Amino acid sequence: MVVANRAARSIAGIDADTLRAMYRHMLRSRMLDERIWLLNRQGLARFWVSGMGQEAIQVALGMHVRPGHDWVAPYYRDLALTLVLGMTPRDQLLAALAKADDPNTGGRQMPAHFGCRRLQIITTGSVVATQFIHAAGIALASKIRGEDAVTVVTTGEGATSEGDFHEALNFAATHRLAVVFVVEDNGLAISVPTTQQMPTADVSDRAAGYGIPGVVVDGSDPVASYLACGEAVARARAGHGPTLIDAKVPRLTSHSSDDDQRRYRSAEALANDRAHDCVGCFAARLGEQGVLSARDEEAMRAELLAELDVATAEAEEAPDPEPESVLLHVLGEA
Amino acid sequence: MAVKTYLEAIREGMRDEMRRDDRVMVFGEDVGAKGGVFGVTEGLQREFGEWRVMDSPLAESCIVGVCIGAAFNGMRPIAEIQFQDFILPGVDQIVSEAAKIRYRSNDDWNMPLVIRAPFGGGVHGALYHSQSLEAMFCHVPGLRVVVPSNPYDAKGMLVAAIRDPDPVLYFEHKKAYRLIRGEVPDHEYTVPLDRVRVVREGRDIVVFSYGLMVDTAVQAAERLAPDGFSVSVVDLRSLRPLDRQGIVESARRCGKVLIAQEANLAVSVSSEVSAIVAEECFEYLDAPVMRIGGPEVPAMPFAKPLEDAYLVDVDKLESKLRSLAEY
Repeated sequence: MVVANRAARSIAGIDADTLRAMYRHMLRSRMLDERIWLLNRQGLARFWVSGMGQEAIQVALGMHVRPGHDWVAPYYRDLALTLVLGMTPRDQLLAALAKADDPNTGGRQMPAHFGCRRLQIITTGSVVATQFIHAAGIALASKIRGEDAVTVVTTGEGATSEGDFHEALNFAATHRLAVVFVVEDNGLAISVPTTQQMPTADVSDRAAGYGIPGVVVDGSDPVASYLACGEAVARARAGHGPTLIDAKVPRLTSHSSDDDQRRYRSAEALANDRAHDCVGCFAARLGEQGVLSARDEEAMRAELLAELDVATAEAEEAPDPEPESVLLHVLGEA
Repeated sequence: MAVKTYLEAIREGMRDEMRRDDRVMVFGEDVGAKGGVFGVTEGLQREFGEWRVMDSPLAESCIVGVCIGAAFNGMRPIAEIQFQDFILPGVDQIVSEAAKIRYRSNDDWNMPLVIRAPFGGGVHGALYHSQSLEAMFCHVPGLRVVVPSNPYDAKGMLVAAIRDPDPVLYFEHKKAYRLIRGEVPDHEYTVPLDRVRVVREGRDIVVFSYGLMVDTAVQAAERLAPDGFSVSVVDLRSLRPLDRQGIVESARRCGKVLIAQEANLAVSVSSEVSAIVAEECFEYLDAPVMRIGGPEVPAMPFAKPLEDAYLVDVDKLESKLRSLAEY
C-alpha cells in the first residue's frame, strides 16, 4: 500500500470535502442497512431489501441532485440515495419498523418503498420499471413549463426487461427530456443472471436504439460514478436529453431478508463481490490519498453510530399505525 | 341553451378547462393534428399548442405512465386511450400505480389524472373496438369510474373529473358521440361524480342503467306506459363509487328492479347493484331483481346478425321489462 506523504486536495477534480462527504453518506447508509438487517433477524423489522454494495453509485448520483428542485424516482435498493437527498436514518427506521410516522408510507408499504413529497422523491410501489415512465412524465411537465429541473430514475438491471423501461427510454429520447436513467446493475434479477436476461453484456448497449448516450461505469467507484452522473445531469439540465448509465455493482446481500443467495450463487462469486465492497475500498483509497485518516474515519463511525442508536431507540418507541386508519386516504376531498 | 352532441360536449369540457387552467393537458394517440380518431380533440392542438395537446407513441402504458408523472409534477393530465379495448397494457399503471398513490404514500401524494376512453358497441367495431370493460376498474378502490349518458352530464362530469384530486376513468360510449344530442350550457358548471340521476320518474319498476343503455331504457319504458306500467329510469352515472343511497331510494319506491347494461353480466356493475338492492331493499321488493346485458362470450362479433344478437336493444329491454311487470 502506498501511503501519501501529503494529503491530496482532490481526486480527479473532486475536492477533498466532497470526497469525505461522499464517504460519510456511504458509511451512514451501510451502518443503517446493517442495523435494519439486525432488526429483521431480531424479528422486529418484518422485511428488508438491502442496498449494500450499491452505495457508491447512489451517493454519486445524489450529490448532483438539487433536492426539492430536481425529481427522483427511486427503487427499493436506494437507501443511500434517500439519505443524500435529505431523508434520515430515523425516517428509514420508522419505515423498517412500520410505524405511523414513517414519512415514506406511514407503515403501509414494505420498508424500502421510498417516497417523500417535500424532497420530490416520488412514491414508489413494488412493481418494477413503472417509475421509468413516471420519470419521463415528470420531465415532460418540467419541459412544458420551461423549468431546468432534472429527473433521475433508478432501477436494477432486472427491470430493464420490462416494457415500461423501453417505453420510457423511447419517449424521453424522442422529446429530449431531462432524464437521467441509472441502472444499478448487480447482475442478478433475484437469482437469474444477466446472461439469462438479455443478449448484450451491458444494459447501456440499448441506448443506441434510442439514439441517446449509453455509459458503463464502475458503480463501486465513487469517483468514476460521480463524474459519470455529473456529466449526465449536466447534459440533461442543458436540454440535451437523457443518458442511460449502466453502473456495475456487486450485490453483497441476498435479494431480500426472505432470500438466501447461497442457494444459487457460488462461494467464489460471493467472495468476489465482497472484495468489491465500495465502502471498504473507498475508505482505503481515501486513506492512501491522505484525504481521510484512519483516526478521522473512526471518529466518523462513532458519530454515525451514536446517531443510529438514538434513531433506533426513537423508532422503536414510536407509535404503530392505528388499526382504524386502514380505511383512510383512499380518495381525497374533491 | 345550445343543443350539442355528446362528442361536442366532451370537447367543450376539455377546452373550457384548458382555457381556465394551464395545468390541464391532453396526451394520447392521434389527439394532435388529427384531433383523435373520433374527432373529440379536434381543434385543441391548434388552440393550445403541441405540448399541451400532445400525440403519444403507440404505447398505452406510456400514455398512462407519462400522465402519472406529469401529474406528480403539478399538471392535470387527460390521457386519451383511443379505444377502451386497448387500455389493457396501461392497466398496471392504472391499478398498481395511479389507484394506490394516495393510499400507499399515506396521503403524502395524490394523483389528479383523468383517463378518457371510448367504449361500447353497435358500430361494427367487432371484438376489439366494442368492449365494455368498466367492471374491471370498478373493482379497484382508489379509482373513480364514471360514464356520462348525455351531453349535459358529459361536460359537467368531465370538468368535475379534471378538478378531482384522484384518478378518474371517464368512459364515453362511442355510439353516443354523434347520436345523442342535448342542451349544454355555455357557462361553467360541474356535475357530481357520485350521484345517480333520475331520468324518468315512475312508480312500478326502476331500471338502473348507464351509458347509451340509458337512452334504450327510456325508449323501452315509454312503450310500457300505454299499458299502465309506470317505469322509472335511473342513470347510475358514477360506477365507482356507486351512489348507494340513490339506488336504494329508487329500488324501495318502485319495488321491482331491472338493471340494464351493454357489458356481459358476470361480476359486473349489475352484480354490484343487485347486491346493494338485496342487502338494503329485501323487504321492499315485489319481484326478484332482474338483469339484462351482453351474453357470456368474449366480445362483440363483427357480422351484423351477430352484433345484433349480442346487443340489448329496445325490443329486448321492453320484453324484459314486461316480464318483470307481470311478475
